[in-house]
Amino acid sequence: MTQSSPAQAPQQPQLDAAEVQRLRADFPVLEQEVNGHPLVYLDSGATSQKPFCVWEAEQHYYETSNAAVHRGAHTLAVAATDAFEDARAAVARFVGAGEREIVWTSNATEALNLIAYSFSNASAGAGGPEAERFRLGPGDEIVATGMEHHANLIPWQELAARTGATFRWIPLHADASLDLEAAAGVVGPRTRILAFTHVSNVLGLVNDVAALVALGRSVGAYTVLDACQSAPHLPLDLGALGVDFAAFSGHKMLGPTGIGALYGRAELLDAMPPFLFGGSMISTVSMERAEYLPAPQRFEAGTQRIAQVVGLAAAVGYLSEVGMDRVAGWEHHLGARLLTGLASVPGVRVLGPDPDSGVQRTATVPFEVQGVHPHDVGQFLDSHGVAVRVGHHCAEPLHRFLGVSASTRASAYLYNTEADVDALLNALSDVRGFFGVK
Amino acid sequence: MDSLQQLYQDIILDHARRRVGAGELAGEPGEHQAQSHQHNPLCGDDITLRATVQDGRIETITWDGDGCSISMASASVLSEMLQGQSVDEFTEANTAFHELMGSRGKVAGEDVEETLGDAAAFAGVSKFPARVKCALLSWEAAKDAIARAGL
Repeated sequence: MTQSSPAQAPQQPQLDAAEVQRLRADFPVLEQEVNGHPLVYLDSGATSQKPFCVWEAEQHYYETSNAAVHRGAHTLAVAATDAFEDARAAVARFVGAGEREIVWTSNATEALNLIAYSFSNASAGAGGPEAERFRLGPGDEIVATGMEHHANLIPWQELAARTGATFRWIPLHADASLDLEAAAGVVGPRTRILAFTHVSNVLGLVNDVAALVALGRSVGAYTVLDACQSAPHLPLDLGALGVDFAAFSGHKMLGPTGIGALYGRAELLDAMPPFLFGGSMISTVSMERAEYLPAPQRFEAGTQRIAQVVGLAAAVGYLSEVGMDRVAGWEHHLGARLLTGLASVPGVRVLGPDPDSGVQRTATVPFEVQGVHPHDVGQFLDSHGVAVRVGHHCAEPLHRFLGVSASTRASAYLYNTEADVDALLNALSDVRGFFGVK
Repeated sequence: MDSLQQLYQDIILDHARRRVGAGELAGEPGEHQAQSHQHNPLCGDDITLRATVQDGRIETITWDGDGCSISMASASVLSEMLQGQSVDEFTEANTAFHELMGSRGKVAGEDVEETLGDAAAFAGVSKFPARVKCALLSWEAAKDAIARAGL
């Protein structure tokens, strides 16, 4: 697998253009032409591309050790279980979690729903006395923010509806950054869950996790972090951040589709009632009732996504070898080029906080082209080989707040180059002319 | 002509700007009128279209909407071409337009111009499966509104 290994050791001070060029060789999908132009992939916020080593790891697993995990005593079953649990340890290390604090899910959406359904089951009486602290009912409040992805919004709306709790949200400043002063008025003694995103999937802005965790703790609320856009792009230490729960998706961080994870503090996970029931999650079963294993197994019913788990471990191995601080540094460089470049294209308006507002932003930048609908902008860019996301990016309330029905979003990753950013800017400068907008 | 130009024919860009029949829909639909609201959650295209149908004939199509140039041009073309058409003519055109949109570029615009008029300019859209829904949105609204207005 030498071919797929990053070219430099993590001790290197900064990721630079030359090294990124070498890294790109690990991502064969990038070496193609789209509509007669070299592919410029600026849609990693939706899903990232994968290096060789990810599917080589999956292939290696299928070639050498495919078997069901946590059952059977034969050699392959042991090898598969080892691969599965070693991967858990690797991913846990990568996000600053304990091994037993990582639960495999299909994606972040499932992870967030898992929390909501577990609390829902507790509210219906499941889980016995240890689960009482997760019970919600009338008078309790669940709080999210006005910038959430639908996956960190609807599960809470629905949990509130099922339990009789009230759903509330923290409002945004006019520039769409989170209004932390207003947050102190929304979060109070009734707040049981405080859910918020680390990095906005639309705006790319980084929320003040420390302040939100402190606020949640001050009222005894459980904090839930959507880490989908931070785990791939920033050094992440969930233990140090002090959140109670977090969710992230493998496919956004160089890993395969179909695998994500829930992080939960071990003592919480062990006390929470299961969400999905079936094989592999029980300690004893009679015809009348069942008892459940501790976490994480109690949340991993049924045959697991073993190959995808192994692939995700290879992905975080790749990222760790490059070094997440270096990834973040390169993306900061690209993000600044995107923000400045987009702002200088006539007729283009960057959405979200100004660069001089002091709000930290990543290399995920939404914008609008005056007079041209985002869907048309995306189509025009695609004809120039530039892949971006258009639409509301699963954050319809945020777009309504921004006063637009949709936006165009460019999102970069460690394999993007300055030339990629410039290709976007060049193509954008012709969009309004093509559509006859003066 | 490259595929982008085939997609965005001059007729389409022109209609996207002119928006024939577009404007605020005043009050509730009256006698012989019905309206239909259609929304594409994928890209946010949104249209409310009102049809006036009397004695099997479409008198007016008016609409209010927001969306990409394909969806707006499609509504504009419909509004212009349906004025005075019979409901049967619309049904025939609607079938032809759906066939055109499902053709993945295999049907040429010229071949359906007689039935579809300016709407034949949308032939290039069928090569872009992600945009077919944009073109069909106003047709779905028209089908729904015309059927109910003609009752």
